[in-house]
Amino acid sequence: MEWASQLCENRGLGSKMTDSKYFTTTKKGEIFELKAELNSDKKEKKKEAVKKVIASMTVGKDVSALFPDVVNCMQTDNLELKKLVYLYLMNYAKSQPDMAIMAVNTFVKDCEDPNPLIRALAVRTMGCIRVDKITEYLCEPLRKCLKDEDPYVRKTAAVCVAKLHDINAQLVEDQGFLDTLKDLISDSNPMVVANAVAALSEIAESHPNSNLLDLNPQTINKLLTALNECTEWGQIFILDCLANYTPRDDRESQSICERVTPRLSHANSAVVLSAVKVLMKFMEMLPKDLDYYGTLLKKLAPPLVTLLSAEPELQYVALRNINLIVQKRPEILKHEMKVFFVKYNDPIYVKLEKLDIMIRLASQANIAQVLAELKEYATEVDVDFVRKAVRAIGRCAIKVEQSAERCVSTLLDLIQTKVNYVVQEAIVVIKDIFRKYPNKYESVIATLCENLDSLDEPEARAAMIWIVGEYAERIDNADELLESFLEGFHDESTQVQLQLLTAIVKLFLKKPTETQELVQQVLSLATQDSDNPDLRDRGYIYWRLLSTDPVAAKEVVLAEKPLISEETDLIEPTLLEELICHIGTLASVYHKPPSAFVEGSRGVQHKRLPARAGSGESTESPDVGQSVSGVSDAPPAVIPSQGDLLGDLLNLDLAPPTTTVPPVPSSMQMGAMDLLGGGLDSLMGDEPETLGGDLGGSPAMGVGVGVGVGVGVGLGPAPVGMPAGLGAAPAVGGGLGDLFDLGGGVGMTSGSYSPPRVVWLQAMKAKGLEISGTFARRGGVIQMDVSLTNKAMSVMSDFAVQFNKNSFGMAPAGPLQVLTPLGPNQTVEVSLPLSSTGPVMKMEPLNNLQVAVKNNIDVFYFSCQYPISLLFVEDGKMDRQVFLATWKDIPSDNEAQFQIKDCHLSSDAASNKLQGSNIFTVAKRTVEAQDMLYQSIKLTNGIWVLAELRIQTGNPNYTLSVKCRAPEVSQYVSQCYELILKN
Amino acid sequence: MIGGLFIYNHKGEVLISRVYRDDIGRNAVDAFRVNVIHARQQVRSPVTNIARTSFFHVKRSNIWLAAVTKQNVNAAMVFEFLYKMCDVMTAYFGKISEENIKNNFVLIYELLDEILDFGYPQNSETGALKTFITQQGIKSQTKEEQSQITSQVTGQIGWRREGIKYRRNELFLDVLESVNLLMSPQGQVLSAHVSGRVVMKSYLSGMPECKFGMNDKIVIDKQGKGGTTDDAGKSELGGSSGKQSIAIDDCTFHQCVRLSKFDSERSISFIPPDGEYELMRYRTTKDIILPFRVIPLVREVGRTKLEVKVVIKSNFKPSLLAQKIEVRIPTPLNTSGVQVICMKGKAKYKASENAIVWKIKRMAGMKESQISAEIELLPTNDKKKWARPPISMNFEVPFAPSGLKVRYLKVFEPKLNYSDHDVIKWVRYIGRSGIYETRC
Repeated sequence: MEWASQLCENRGLGSKMTDSKYFTTTKKGEIFELKAELNSDKKEKKKEAVKKVIASMTVGKDVSALFPDVVNCMQTDNLELKKLVYLYLMNYAKSQPDMAIMAVNTFVKDCEDPNPLIRALAVRTMGCIRVDKITEYLCEPLRKCLKDEDPYVRKTAAVCVAKLHDINAQLVEDQGFLDTLKDLISDSNPMVVANAVAALSEIAESHPNSNLLDLNPQTINKLLTALNECTEWGQIFILDCLANYTPRDDRESQSICERVTPRLSHANSAVVLSAVKVLMKFMEMLPKDLDYYGTLLKKLAPPLVTLLSAEPELQYVALRNINLIVQKRPEILKHEMKVFFVKYNDPIYVKLEKLDIMIRLASQANIAQVLAELKEYATEVDVDFVRKAVRAIGRCAIKVEQSAERCVSTLLDLIQTKVNYVVQEAIVVIKDIFRKYPNKYESVIATLCENLDSLDEPEARAAMIWIVGEYAERIDNADELLESFLEGFHDESTQVQLQLLTAIVKLFLKKPTETQELVQQVLSLATQDSDNPDLRDRGYIYWRLLSTDPVAAKEVVLAEKPLISEETDLIEPTLLEELICHIGTLASVYHKPPSAFVEGSRGVQHKRLPARAGSGESTESPDVGQSVSGVSDAPPAVIPSQGDLLGDLLNLDLAPPTTTVPPVPSSMQMGAMDLLGGGLDSLMGDEPETLGGDLGGSPAMGVGVGVGVGVGVGLGPAPVGMPAGLGAAPAVGGGLGDLFDLGGGVGMTSGSYSPPRVVWLQAMKAKGLEISGTFARRGGVIQMDVSLTNKAMSVMSDFAVQFNKNSFGMAPAGPLQVLTPLGPNQTVEVSLPLSSTGPVMKMEPLNNLQVAVKNNIDVFYFSCQYPISLLFVEDGKMDRQVFLATWKDIPSDNEAQFQIKDCHLSSDAASNKLQGSNIFTVAKRTVEAQDMLYQSIKLTNGIWVLAELRIQTGNPNYTLSVKCRAPEVSQYVSQCYELILKN
Repeated sequence: MIGGLFIYNHKGEVLISRVYRDDIGRNAVDAFRVNVIHARQQVRSPVTNIARTSFFHVKRSNIWLAAVTKQNVNAAMVFEFLYKMCDVMTAYFGKISEENIKNNFVLIYELLDEILDFGYPQNSETGALKTFITQQGIKSQTKEEQSQITSQVTGQIGWRREGIKYRRNELFLDVLESVNLLMSPQGQVLSAHVSGRVVMKSYLSGMPECKFGMNDKIVIDKQGKGGTTDDAGKSELGGSSGKQSIAIDDCTFHQCVRLSKFDSERSISFIPPDGEYELMRYRTTKDIILPFRVIPLVREVGRTKLEVKVVIKSNFKPSLLAQKIEVRIPTPLNTSGVQVICMKGKAKYKASENAIVWKIKRMAGMKESQISAEIELLPTNDKKKWARPPISMNFEVPFAPSGLKVRYLKVFEPKLNYSDHDVIKWVRYIGRSGIYETRC
């Protein structure tokens, strides 16, 4: 065809000519020429011209100037020409709304055309033109087409309602199109039903709460009937819609399953996957002892395996989904290991996914085969694949105890190859094997040490350093080895630095005599020369620990490490459930909830699996053949993925969680930290230096006043090779929650100030018991609000609490009310009333509180700090005269001045706010646009504190002068002022 | 749903661009080109997310087809649609090449308008499409013709039009199998399966009702022995074994097959599309006849020499002939020279492919042949060992390695006056190698 050759010529010109000026002139000429051709009398010439226009449009040239000329060609009985003009219109109508009106008449006329193909074409095209004025004219023709006698027109009109809804949702509702669309679900033609279902599903997605897709047993029955008759695509629409339905009981669930199973034999993989989705979801409701349940399980395996003989792209989608299915119901594919063996010619993305599934399916029964395969893969070419294969060998060792020995020897063989990345990967996994089977394979350490020099990746270096530190007593030259790393300390990545610090401290605790110098060196490197807060804080902790109580240091640093879980990279159960509801879709490919990658309101609703009828359990633990080791009955400890907690709260687009039990905070946690850091500083209105300084100065790190401290500790340096995620994740969630509570609380004046909840005792330091909490003063009573979380595998009971003597004589006024034993992963909230009549001893800092909590396992100690405002009593308002006299009476030496920066409250608002926390304004004076508030406070032990708060209009910095007979208190009072005013 | 569809040539120039949704901007076209086409090796997934926009792509020769979306679409459906799109284009203008796409771009736009509405796939059966999307344009149709078209496009039998007439009613059945094997050097079968297809070419008048039967174990067991008298008579071709029935692991069918009937009675009944189509696909893993056995022997003689000996044995009836046999023996990258001796066929070292390719035109069953080669290596200081890719094999045999046999294909056309006996039926079995590898 000559237009095509012309197209090629133009293209050639475009690419050859670099002189853009020259190019523009050619284009102008071209447009002029086209204009003439479009207005030609000859039909054929016209058509050729429109084709040329479309060709230019495709390659990205702007041919909008031809709009009127092209629209003029619209009035034709030649269907091909008409289609071309419509195509042009769809592209340019938006940029030329006024001109587009010219087309309306033709559209309306075409919607009445005797030829159903033309009617459908008109209504289909009109819906694609996003110009308000045209949309108005669309309503009437659309209404007619929805009731057209021809099914082809009706099925096109059904989709058109969705288009119109996308342009103007209100209009669609006002015009009653939604009801007409609902009626189409009962249409006699299956394709009309399918399109109506698709359109309704889409519209319903943007109205999460409307009961648009009113699915009831009658409509379900209609859908199931249409399912047998419509096209493959229609079947997908219907199945995807069915998956959103929740059957009333297990019988309905079973009958739907029975009618859906034949779809598993469809040639179209998408039909199969959507059917699998419906079955996986509805199966949840079937009682497990039902015969049909077993039959269904058996029926699911063959189609899933068949998906693997599809084209590679589909295989990839299938494998990503199988990965989810295997996590949810491992029993389905447990005998199908062989089909996941990697073929030499598989594309890399298929290979990597297969490997993942192989590890998940590995069990005692098939481990020999799997290992033989993995060994084979470890010699392939693709670096990523080889790495993953090596890693997989390590995972097999951890998962199947009987194979551990063989895995280790395989890994050693691989280390002998001296291929750099293989060696590094092997060392990383051997570290995990050591963790899992302590005192079993340490004989290989010597071999590992030989390869020290070849390690250039942070993860491998960190792993090697961990090994050296952990087994320092068995490695004669451990100090030399670690020292060699220390030379380039500042060039190492944080991961390695942190690990090196910990390893040297371990070494010191094991061989104190020879390594004093080394430990000094690393501590000063970490605390003085580093600007990484994690490193610095960890350095300080160790330093203080070592200098104050070496025995405690030993207990902390060389503590027994918790078991590492057998299954790694498991998707967190609630996310997994949600993803199961999205089988076949992009969410299941990305392994992320739709909210993570879809903008706007669409897909933000979280889907859930239905609960099993009759029984209370909503999720079942994957209790399959992996129960080889001792902890068989407990569900595998899934490390909560911070990414998702954060993602949900802040709607951040974080990378999928990596939960390979890292010995140091993983990069993602660091990311989260950074994200939070900035926001926190600004929220707190605090300078980072102050915060840092506070931390450095106080020996008990986990208990600062601000949120920042809580989060910092939660995320921060987790001691020594422990899964940082275990204790840390909830702290993040909690910290954030409080952050938002605080945000919401700004501007409220009433109520006493209560500090945000912080983690006082981390689970990893207390054999799985995590304690977090806050203080509050309610109705004149001081209360300690504590939440106790059991992160261990066993039940905890017999809780009791005791306080050490403290500055203000705080003591529990009652027992710790934990009535029922605390099961694994349970949390209990307790409010402990406190009295202030206990024994007194001055603490440093003054508001420090040392607490002991006992349970059936052990006694745990932690210390925390309360805001001193807790002690401000309700009858603290002083008489004016007394105030004046007292003020004068207190020597001016006892007066302390403080600045409160960045506070934007008016003096009245400030006064109100302070009164909520029992700081009473006795008098107010205004001098030269400066408000002076005179305030009095009485502490529980009868000490009076007097204050003068100066607020200058327009100046956000307040000046606070505090006078008290016990001047030590002043500093804490000022801190309270700051906290109260800013929250 | 699908927000847009783009077709690019190998350089990343847009040949076709059709946007269905408002949330897909013009820059999406460039985003894919820059991040996927021009990135080449780095893209390691057929689904790519760029700036919250997801791209699905497939490649056909050097043409890229990309579907783009911002929603949580059914990913499997998008790929199925892209494949279908390729099938439709191939049916209209043959091979998918840059030239063909440029020459037919108006047609492609017309097709895209029809088979994808607002990103929802619509009827995409070529049989139906060809009735109203033609390169000549529809000149004039009578009213009946128009309604016939629309009812067919939307109807329950969207894949076949009414009123087809043939003087000679004829059908061809091809059982095409590809046998896949992964064998350890010691001759242990690591994995083996047959994936088979039944392809049918039907030239039948009217709306014929067909019923297809094969030696499916479940059906045979149900009927009991001796219930096989209703064979259509042309199924005597077959493999070497006298197996009565085979166990099918799983099968999938063309959309014309009534799935609920298969599910309940395991009978395969359908009204076939006109012309060629794939009736079913199946997979078997049990009792597969492996047509060839490869016995490798690799010996490293010092650091600069390899000795390779490979024996192949054919394992089927002596009366049958295998064809197009090719054995591919990989050689290390640092090969400097190869000397080959083989008893049968021709063998050559192809340096560009890093392999010795041994070709044998024909080979009868129960025979054996052997090749030996000496490979000279250049000394290298590359620490990494040679990965030793597996020895792969290609061949074609005139039987079905799964043991599948067609028992009957009955045709009923109640309205027209021809019966099952008037239909001329042809059945052919071809077994080919899929991925047939032996590790060495």
